[in-house]
Amino acid sequence: MRALCWMGAGELAVRQVPDPELRNGHDAIVRVRRSAACGADLSLLAGRGPAVGEVLGHEFVGEVVEVGPEVRRHRVGDRVVVCSSVSCGSCWYCRRELHSCCDNGSTDPEAGEATWGHPVAGCFGQPRAQGGFAGSHAEYVRVPYADVGAFAVPEPVSDDRALFASDAAPAGWMGADLGGVRPGDVVAVWGAGAVGQVAARAARLLGAERVVVVDRHPDRLRAAERHAGAETLDYRRVDVAAELRDRSGGRGPDVCVDAGGAADGARSLGDRLTGAPPRPAAVREAVHACRKGGSVVVLGAHPAVVDRFPLGMVTAKGLTVRGARQHGPRYIPMLLDRMARDELRTEYLATHHLPLDRAPEAYTPLRTRAPGCLRPSSTPLPPPPPPPHPPTTTPPLRQPR
Amino acid sequence: MAGAGAVTGGTGGAGQVGPIARLAGGGMALGAAAAGAAAVRALTAPRPVGWPDGGDGRRARWQVVTVDRPPGQVLPEGRWPEPLRRLGDAVQVRVRPAPGDRGTELAARPRPGAGPPPGLAVHLVGDDPGRLVRRALRQAKQLAETGEVLRPDRDALDRPAVTPE
Ligand SMILES: [Zn+2]
Ligand SMILES: [Zn+2]
Repeated sequence: MRALCWMGAGELAVRQVPDPELRNGHDAIVRVRRSAACGADLSLLAGRGPAVGEVLGHEFVGEVVEVGPEVRRHRVGDRVVVCSSVSCGSCWYCRRELHSCCDNGSTDPEAGEATWGHPVAGCFGQPRAQGGFAGSHAEYVRVPYADVGAFAVPEPVSDDRALFASDAAPAGWMGADLGGVRPGDVVAVWGAGAVGQVAARAARLLGAERVVVVDRHPDRLRAAERHAGAETLDYRRVDVAAELRDRSGGRGPDVCVDAGGAADGARSLGDRLTGAPPRPAAVREAVHACRKGGSVVVLGAHPAVVDRFPLGMVTAKGLTVRGARQHGPRYIPMLLDRMARDELRTEYLATHHLPLDRAPEAYTPLRTRAPGCLRPSSTPLPPPPPPPHPPTTTPPLRQPR
Repeated sequence: MAGAGAVTGGTGGAGQVGPIARLAGGGMALGAAAAGAAAVRALTAPRPVGWPDGGDGRRARWQVVTVDRPPGQVLPEGRWPEPLRRLGDAVQVRVRPAPGDRGTELAARPRPGAGPPPGLAVHLVGDDPGRLVRRALRQAKQLAETGEVLRPDRDALDRPAVTPE
């Protein structure tokens, strides 16, 4: 099959790679209908982590073409959206809906232990420490634990809308949920990318009185006003702290969500030369702005170590700081329901549509922050090729090696 | 429902100090040279230990995982789970119920005086028995919790190169 491969620092190419195979009884093979490019991949592209030839992409919607013998909830032909992270559904963490903390979501748990002290959930299209599963900018994807991570898309929900139930929507919703947004709250969201857009919309749907989105891209801010019902602040033009104080009666926002993701790690030349860790500008601003006793939620892929974190402020103001990669399966069924009811319309987040053969271009508007860009999406060229294998069941694959 | 990485400030919230926190001084020193994941790795990666020969009095540390299943399911009919059984006499195994409804604590360590176990496994993980034991424990846990050991898309040895176009 064809797939978008990482070929070296900053180098991408569409190449012929072997078709995926069922490797475990809980696997399914999904034929990709849409796959979105995510800003979190930019640091991968820049050249740390992947091996040459690894397939990128982790947000996708598609059609089941093959299932393993242990799969119960899906059948060949089902249209499904697949959670970007891979979790088992049956460990202590998964049973408490902390799916991104899954103990069994990686094929190389020792790599996770070496990096984070513990194994964490896997993710498609990431290096081995994060699972070791090929990505979704491809014609087909192997989906481990398909009963846990794949969700049937209700009929009225389009591919372009459902696509975002894979990653951006559960991550954004989780921001509002972990922050404990309640009716009457003032909520501030840093970052008007796809995750921030959904975090803002989620805060509105959970009853927030005011939602203020902070970013520097006018087109993204306009989208947050139009689609999420948020007020906006361009941090290049206004004093964000003063504005947030004014808009919350001097209290500060009840909940602050950092949805800036990897972009937050921008570093000055001086810091790069001295090797100083990046400074978490948005989180720092959020900790300063938040009301006493409020919550600061940190989302997304951050550098492992940051500098100049206002720790004293956390204790002095009695803040709750929470973070997570997305616990997708906790939210995706609810999000698909809301999508089916038109409460959550996410198709506007797909701003560029490309055939798979042009997928290498998908990351350019993300990298350059091109005006109007939220999430480029790619689709394997029609007409759909036949399944890689005839739909079949195979004997259980137990106890390998 | 508690989320990942919760840090609560204010009264009574400053308690937990993990290994990373205690080594933070080292982290700062490393920070300038090796920022990011590399620094964390240096602070948290388990140190390799040789097969304990029993001669120098040094004993390998117990490796332990918590399996979210009752002991009866982790050791069906009292037998070690298969990935540990494969290591045979080379390891000692210890089991006890985990507190607070968390299942079973399954521990193993290289047996003092025993050589490396026979078979293929050693060549896969080199001569670091701690790593071998760790992997067997992880596999035993996955088997008990999910019924399978998760396999990579392809085995490391047969990963074919991409075809240029
Ligand atoms: Zn993503
Ligand atoms: Zn799990």
